Amino acid sequence: MIGIIDYGLGNISAFLNIYKRLNTPCQTVQTPQELEKLNLTKIILPGVGAFDHAMTSLQKSGMREVLDNLVLEKKIPVLGICVGMQILAESSEEGVLPGLGWIKGQVEKIDKIKLKSHEPLPHMGWNQFNKINQFSENLILKNLDLDPYFYFLHSYYFEPADSQHILATAHYGHDFCCMVNAENIYGIQCHPEKSHQNGITLLKNFWEL
Amino acid sequence: MLRPRIIPCLLIRNKGLVKTVKFKDEKYVGDPINAVKIFNEKEVDELIVLDIDATVNNKEPDYQMIKNLSAECRMPLCYGGGIKTIEQAKKILSLGVEKIAFSSAALENPNLLKELSEQVGSQSVVVVLDVKKAFLSRRYEIFTHNGRKKSELNLLESLKKFQELGIGELVINSIDHDGAMTGYDWSLIEQVYPEVHIPLTILGGAGSLEDIKKLIQNYKIIGAAAGSFFVFKGKYRAVLISYPNPSEKRNLLEF
Repeated sequence: MIGIIDYGLGNISAFLNIYKRLNTPCQTVQTPQELEKLNLTKIILPGVGAFDHAMTSLQKSGMREVLDNLVLEKKIPVLGICVGMQILAESSEEGVLPGLGWIKGQVEKIDKIKLKSHEPLPHMGWNQFNKINQFSENLILKNLDLDPYFYFLHSYYFEPADSQHILATAHYGHDFCCMVNAENIYGIQCHPEKSHQNGITLLKNFWEL
Repeated sequence: MLRPRIIPCLLIRNKGLVKTVKFKDEKYVGDPINAVKIFNEKEVDELIVLDIDATVNNKEPDYQMIKNLSAECRMPLCYGGGIKTIEQAKKILSLGVEKIAFSSAALENPNLLKELSEQVGSQSVVVVLDVKKAFLSRRYEIFTHNGRKKSELNLLESLKKFQELGIGELVINSIDHDGAMTGYDWSLIEQVYPEVHIPLTILGGAGSLEDIKKLIQNYKIIGAAAGSFFVFKGKYRAVLISYPNPSEKRNLLEF
């Protein structure tokens, strides 16, 4: 069973629809009690909006401690999406609150100076992974092209402290990490739930991990 | 590389899809959910859906309809129409919509945009400006309420102000070119483009792939939106939903 953490942020129904079509057992989780009792084998942590707002909402949901336990102790695979990826970090340039700190690193803003005059922020639209970590034969990337297009909508990105944790990068002004992985913890900056077939493939891969 | 976005824009009235010419002479073009299903198959970049009844009739947004649409959409969805408060905007975002478009509320209560951008992030806050050239002064003026209500605000100053408030995207819609399918309003774009430093989407007038190609070649990373072009076929305006196929799209995106 995949649990989609519903703390009031992000497109929960889009994930449910995709997994329903894939005949994958999937359900939203809104309380720490549910989170504990559901025996989840995969967790999706969505998120949109500002970093601090996401952290505050997650704290308020009461699910933070149970999540820490499931992810860090029980090693249940988790996929953070968009701001859900960013809050995996220790901190963010965008806010003052600490992140979950599950993967060492910081969230930074895309460097405006490196953008061309016709390249605005937020980074919005379809962009491709330009480098997928060659040493990684990570199954979450199976059946994808080498440079797949995904939908991006953000101004900040996760810069992992250890470059070994970078699973893929994309380019906007400069290369930035768009997929991160450390053990059972995964993050993706773009929106697989809104990226047509590539997104469906990636979400299916995550379920099959 | 980041691709320019090619975006169908759908208008909703009484739960049905319509298409207008110069914001008038609307024609019924079908069921919105059915259109979304077709656009899913065609793998469109994004979708804009505007409820053109909501503000004019002072109605609440139709949450059930929005929920049904967003559940069906496999691409990012921008919804506009009748949103006046932070609570309404957040409720719509929670239904699975990526971006919220404001028009009259943005002009009447700009602080709403600032507050919302701070809370949900600028990437989800869009302002749509319906613009028309004045008959005598030849200046571009902003309209709301489906082109019926003229705003006294200056276009270029408003663009600057909205960007300062932290919004994430501007959609500029030409009333004069709406439904005409004779090409975008190039002089309007020329005026607006240098003033906009956030993602910009142009709507109104596209009638061919060439129009879209010209926009992309001239302005590169831009949103090319169209209504009629993606729902009508031929000079009798028969309803047929279409979108560039992958090879047409590759050709459009070369710049």
